[in-house]
Amino acid sequence: MADIVIDRVVKEFGSFRALQEVSLTVRDGEFVALLGPSGCGKTTLLRIIAGLEKQNAGRVVIGGRDVSDLAPRRRGLAMVFQNYAVFPHMTVFENVAFGLRMQKAPQAEVKRKVERAASLLHIDSYLDRYPAKLSGGQRQRVAVARALAVEPAVLLMDEPLSNLDALLRLEMRTELKAVLREAGTTTIYVTHDQTEAMGLADRIAVMYGGKIDQIGTPLEVYATPATRFVGGFLGSPPMNFIKVRCAQGMARIGEAAVPCPPADGELELGLRGEDASLDPGGSGIPFDVRVVEPMGSHLLLTGSIDGQLARIVAPPTAHVTAGERVALTVDPSRLTWIDGATGRALARA
Amino acid sequence: MPARTSWIPYALIAPSVVFLGAFFLIPLVQTIWLSFSAGDELSLANYERMVNDLNFSLAVRNTFLLTLVVVPVQVVLALAMATMVSKLEKGRDIALWILTIPLGISDLAAGLAWLALLQNTGYLNSALYALGLIPGPVGWLSQETPWSLFFAIAAAEVWRATAIVLVILIAGLQLIPKEFSEAAEIFGARPWTRFRRITLPLLKPSLQSALILRTVLAFEVFAVVYALGGRNFPVLAGEAYTWQNENQNYGVAAAYAVLIMAISLAATAVYLRVLRTRPEQLP
Repeated sequence: MADIVIDRVVKEFGSFRALQEVSLTVRDGEFVALLGPSGCGKTTLLRIIAGLEKQNAGRVVIGGRDVSDLAPRRRGLAMVFQNYAVFPHMTVFENVAFGLRMQKAPQAEVKRKVERAASLLHIDSYLDRYPAKLSGGQRQRVAVARALAVEPAVLLMDEPLSNLDALLRLEMRTELKAVLREAGTTTIYVTHDQTEAMGLADRIAVMYGGKIDQIGTPLEVYATPATRFVGGFLGSPPMNFIKVRCAQGMARIGEAAVPCPPADGELELGLRGEDASLDPGGSGIPFDVRVVEPMGSHLLLTGSIDGQLARIVAPPTAHVTAGERVALTVDPSRLTWIDGATGRALARA
Repeated sequence: MPARTSWIPYALIAPSVVFLGAFFLIPLVQTIWLSFSAGDELSLANYERMVNDLNFSLAVRNTFLLTLVVVPVQVVLALAMATMVSKLEKGRDIALWILTIPLGISDLAAGLAWLALLQNTGYLNSALYALGLIPGPVGWLSQETPWSLFFAIAAAEVWRATAIVLVILIAGLQLIPKEFSEAAEIFGARPWTRFRRITLPLLKPSLQSALILRTVLAFEVFAVVYALGGRNFPVLAGEAYTWQNENQNYGVAAAYAVLIMAISLAATAVYLRVLRTRPEQLP
């Protein structure tokens, strides 16, 4: 077991700065997801931790040991690749055993550990098959078993579920969480899928433009985003941002007024679609409904607030028709206030 | 697929079938017939004459010796070169281009170039003489120096034809996703282990192609040998040439040609069997 300290890591590809002084601490046994859109630097950061890529500046410390200049095999970690990288010319057994063989473990120990990892991932019955005979989901299990068989202090995962179909992804996600909880391995998990990050991680580091915009528990980054990007990237539908003017502690939206923090200039009101409730006949924030989409578990309403696009989640039984103007009430404590110029959230009262 | 279009594939391959038939199959059958006939009847006379010829066992020995030395050296060199070239970040194309220049030179021209280096008044002797290492011209390519002649021919063949192996292996290396090697690295494999346990097995299909091509061509070696050693170093294809042109005996020449073909087919069969990749082990 080990903690990971990433200390002001910089990575440049030519003149492009892929990582700008990224720092991150992962506690022993913690599961941290690096979440962000493609090109945000999350995979580059993971590869630097693995040692497959060399940083231009900064340090990587694993378990108190500076591994910045060490070869990958000396870092004491295991990795699961996006396309599995399961060796096609070896049986499932030999794939799972690969790390142990490299450590020159005795045959009895190899057998015991391979069988344990295989039963954990439910691949015991395929051990003498070749990967080409397996489905995508089974190959994924082999890749995870290969990583867990060496009982690594640190497990790195690079979009391990992205090649699976939606149903299998959900199934593997649940299983992965259970397996990793049991193993207690410090895990860094790269994904662009917010539901994966929310479901799996103890903490999420949301990355954008080569920086970590915010790091926190799933609930924190969801409910109290640090930037406009984080609010817009997490959640389905994404957070609504309504430009308002704030005067004497009150922001006027149509006929309604909402208390706002003291600030100069333009503010944006960040509102989660499910944090607004319909107030029939009330005098709340006016919302002009343009499209009503029944999603089964809820109604997704798309329309505008004060002429700006917004999406609101309503109970499935609500009576709303397109073209209608409804009133919304909001809990001021659940609102996020964004500085229009910097895109950063204002400190909460 | 609708039935009425079923003739289209056959029509499309017909020209090449006709071409192969006219310029390959018919001459092949004729050659085999020629080798097994004396006058108008079937006979092994040509083969008897071939086997009993003074140069025959020498030619067989030399051809096999040359193949057994040249092909492994070429594969090892090409593997090393391919690994290095594929690791280059800059100038990969120019390095590959330079390394493949010998491929563009005809084998006779290559033989003549090496002759200019190694003959009595050649560059090698001039250089050794200028350095005071030899008192006068030394014959490297004569009948009295069979081993230096052999190594000269082997060197010329290695220089001339390693690049074709290199090209095939580089193409093969590019087909191996780099994640395999990276995964092996993460799980503790050193560079040599990665090469042996990951790259080499995954390169097997390309190695097989390269070996078949190079071995078949090595059994047909002729022009380089002819330029450097003439008949001082008899080889199978050279004997076929001598019987055809100098002795005007087409039957024995045909017997040599059939022998070379049989050896090549046997070697190919061995490679196909020994280096086969089972379908379930393909990436």
